[in-house]
Amino acid sequence: MNEKKELAVAALRNGTVIDHIPSESLFKAVEMLGIANLDKSVTIGFNLASRRLGRKGIIKIADVELSPETVSRIAILAPTAVINTIRDYRVVEKRPVALPEEIVDQIVCNNPKCVTRNQPIPTRFNVVDRGPVRVRCHYCGHEAVGDQIVIK
Amino acid sequence: MANNSIVSINDLSKEEILKLLHTASLFEANPNRHILDGKVVATLFFEPSTRTRLSFETAANRLGARVIGFSDPAATSTAKGETLKDTIKMVSNYADLIVMRHYLEGAALYATEVTDVPVINAGDGAHQHPSQTMLDLYSILKTQGRLDDLTLTMVGDLKYGRTVHSLLMALSHFRVRFNFVACKELQMPREFIDFCGKNGIEYHESREFSPEIINSSDIIYMTRVQRERFTDLMEYERVKDLYNLNNAMLADSRPNLRILHPLPRVGEIAEDVDDNPKAYYFQQAKNGLYARQAMICRALGIEVTD
Ligand SMILES: [Zn+2]
Repeated sequence: MNEKKELAVAALRNGTVIDHIPSESLFKAVEMLGIANLDKSVTIGFNLASRRLGRKGIIKIADVELSPETVSRIAILAPTAVINTIRDYRVVEKRPVALPEEIVDQIVCNNPKCVTRNQPIPTRFNVVDRGPVRVRCHYCGHEAVGDQIVIK
Repeated sequence: MANNSIVSINDLSKEEILKLLHTASLFEANPNRHILDGKVVATLFFEPSTRTRLSFETAANRLGARVIGFSDPAATSTAKGETLKDTIKMVSNYADLIVMRHYLEGAALYATEVTDVPVINAGDGAHQHPSQTMLDLYSILKTQGRLDDLTLTMVGDLKYGRTVHSLLMALSHFRVRFNFVACKELQMPREFIDFCGKNGIEYHESREFSPEIINSSDIIYMTRVQRERFTDLMEYERVKDLYNLNNAMLADSRPNLRILHPLPRVGEIAEDVDDNPKAYYFQQAKNGLYARQAMICRALGIEVTD
């Protein structure tokens, strides 16, 4: 790895680096991950140059590995993100987030008259478009796109 | 859905729609048949709708079924906080078919996921109401003799009117030209216009309910323009009478023209239209009985052949 690149963000011994987050989604991702309440050391990069995205965001969290549920929540916000798992300064796993066909119980339906908003029912959304992400409620048919999507 | 539930008109193929329409015509010829003797049909109206409930209950009764249920949820355990799931599970112990209306969107689809008893959606909020669409289709077929090569004009509230959206989707199986007549605030939503474009459906949008449009229509489908739909009340005052129909406007219309309306109407069709043979909205409502008899049989997996 290029040494200058490594210096751009503090080195991490163990933990997770979420890379290639679109800049406009970075702070939503920070909020969604509950970073303000975390006692781990966290480095956040905003508006970094990216060949793929133009400008990107990056989040480095020490001593935390993400659960599959958290990874799929990130996929909804930032479908371009790549999750790097770091152990002993080495990237042991590097995988792009994957947005499934159906997202179960992770999104709140924006339709106040939806049955899922008024009954104890897990929501189900179908991904109808991936760039930008557009989801459709399995029950009431309402669609939400991009930053209209409310994550539980 | 594992069974024959009918939640949305969009779940039905062209062949299934045509078969239901054919069955409805058999029931019109002979509505009283005891083919559901011993069956129990539950009508669960979590939201009151006397018109739709009476039509479904008459349909079930004329087929010989027993009807149980409620017409006002205030008198049931739902009012005490019972979940929809629990109510559906409880009723499933007693009934062979559930006909349900609910104020929440998606309620009927959810019900099909918690019971093996077939469900017919009799309206879920502003979402789906397939029996209305079936009776609309039946009325068009009966008065025109076909569903292809027709010009259908939709007038009034094309934005919030779920009946016009469902009818448009159902008619997309056939060759129909549409006129969408509405003011700016209530025009046909972009997604349905895009749908027409993508599927090669001929359509024309107009702000004006003009003689040219009236005189080239085979069906005029009128809807209510409601004051509460407007964010701009000045706009409402300006347009509220522009989409009303009176008898003089029909002077040069086609002989086969029929006027439809999902009812109840307010002022959008003048009383002087009622005696014109082209007024069809009262018979249209009656056709609901036959369409619902056909839907009940299909949901129960019963073939009707003659
Ligand atoms: Zn919904």
